[in-house]
Amino acid sequence: MSSPKDVLLNPIFNRNPITLEILGICSALAVTSKLETVTVMALAVTLVTAFSSFSISLIRERIPSSIRIIVQLTIIATLVIIIDQLLKAYAFSVSKQLSVFVGLIITNCIVLGRAEAFAMKNPPLLSFIDGIGNGIGYSLVLFAVGFLRELFGSGTLFGVTVFKTINEGGWYLPNGLLLLPPSAFFLIGFIIWGIRTWKVDQVEKEG
Amino acid sequence: MSRDSRRKVLTTAFLVCVVCSVLVSAAAVGLKQRQQQNQEEEKRRNILQIARLFDPDIAVDLQFKKVRSAVVNLASGRFDTTVDPEKFDSRRAASQPESRVIIPAEKDKAGIKARSRFMDVYLVEEAGALKQIILPVYGKGLWSTMYGFIALGPDFSTVTGFGFYEHGETPGLGGEIDNRNWLASWPGKKVYDRTGAVRLAVVKGTVDPQSPNSVHEVDGLSGATLTSRGVSNLLAYWLGENGYEPFLTQLRSAGGVKP
Repeated sequence: MSSPKDVLLNPIFNRNPITLEILGICSALAVTSKLETVTVMALAVTLVTAFSSFSISLIRERIPSSIRIIVQLTIIATLVIIIDQLLKAYAFSVSKQLSVFVGLIITNCIVLGRAEAFAMKNPPLLSFIDGIGNGIGYSLVLFAVGFLRELFGSGTLFGVTVFKTINEGGWYLPNGLLLLPPSAFFLIGFIIWGIRTWKVDQVEKEG
Repeated sequence: MSRDSRRKVLTTAFLVCVVCSVLVSAAAVGLKQRQQQNQEEEKRRNILQIARLFDPDIAVDLQFKKVRSAVVNLASGRFDTTVDPEKFDSRRAASQPESRVIIPAEKDKAGIKARSRFMDVYLVEEAGALKQIILPVYGKGLWSTMYGFIALGPDFSTVTGFGFYEHGETPGLGGEIDNRNWLASWPGKKVYDRTGAVRLAVVKGTVDPQSPNSVHEVDGLSGATLTSRGVSNLLAYWLGENGYEPFLTQLRSAGGVKP
């Protein structure tokens, strides 16, 4: 049994859900053109992962294995709907920008992945910590991608002008590719390359 | 009893469903009022921003007090008092058979196929005199339908504000219709020429200030020819004879606003 500290910190670099397990890529492409949306998405995914792992772990002894995925998804979907409703009520402009992607947290493989791989076998508190850890791992990659995309795509960070663009009367010619979702693929690719050069044991064996 | 017995499966499924549905319903019902308020406020903020009246330091509701909403029957060009502007939703009306008109293809410059028979308009008055009239406009850009407002001054031809609040054009290219500098070039432009034809349009390239038409023209957005054309087309439709023109003509001849 691993210690809570390992459970919290391992998913950040050693077992990062995006860069090692390549999960949750879809939302990492969709919401990373601005740091503001990244922040809310990162928070939402972290909360959903933590609480879904917690609740699933609470009833893990009672869930019949034949319907366990359905039960897990029901719990995840419930949490996602509640978060979506809360955002619509208290963070309306951000929820508008995130549009369908909040609802799509349900299909974010990280959430179900952690429920199935960790929460079904571990006690509630540890599962909660594991959810937070994976959420942070996901968030870090999102922030890195969002930082590069917003800075070089729009010349701003959190909406504050850093490079004044030509369209605004400045000097910076923004890189339009970075505003489009595919650019996140390249960036995540570079991040994975970087991490695997640093932590060689993450490189998958060929053959 | 094993945890995979049929009874156990059914009870677990049932209990999970009950607990989850209670939570979801509680969230949906409990937060509904706040969400509707947000939507209403969002629309009001858009109107104020596009009419260049918005002050971020003052509550939206308070600022919106100087704006009066009304509903217009586009065909007759008259105010229609049978429709409550608070409850009217032109987008919903455009999708419902009893409240919409199908636009014949040759007249459908905005590419919207059908529109509501009524439209909501917003009047800004100061000391009994009309300062601005704000009209919802929308139409197809390159990828998406662009929804916005155009605000006109008391002569019903001079633009006082223009902008979109919802669109899905390419960020950095067509998405530049949100660019503040570009939008700032709209106020002061004239919609109609002396003969009453709609001339306001986005041109390709930059406007030649020497040209006699420059008062009707706005710089094109580079790399966004089709979006720019969409903007011109939707203005031509909505401000033309099938859109608000009959209404604006009536207002002009009545010398102001009397619903």
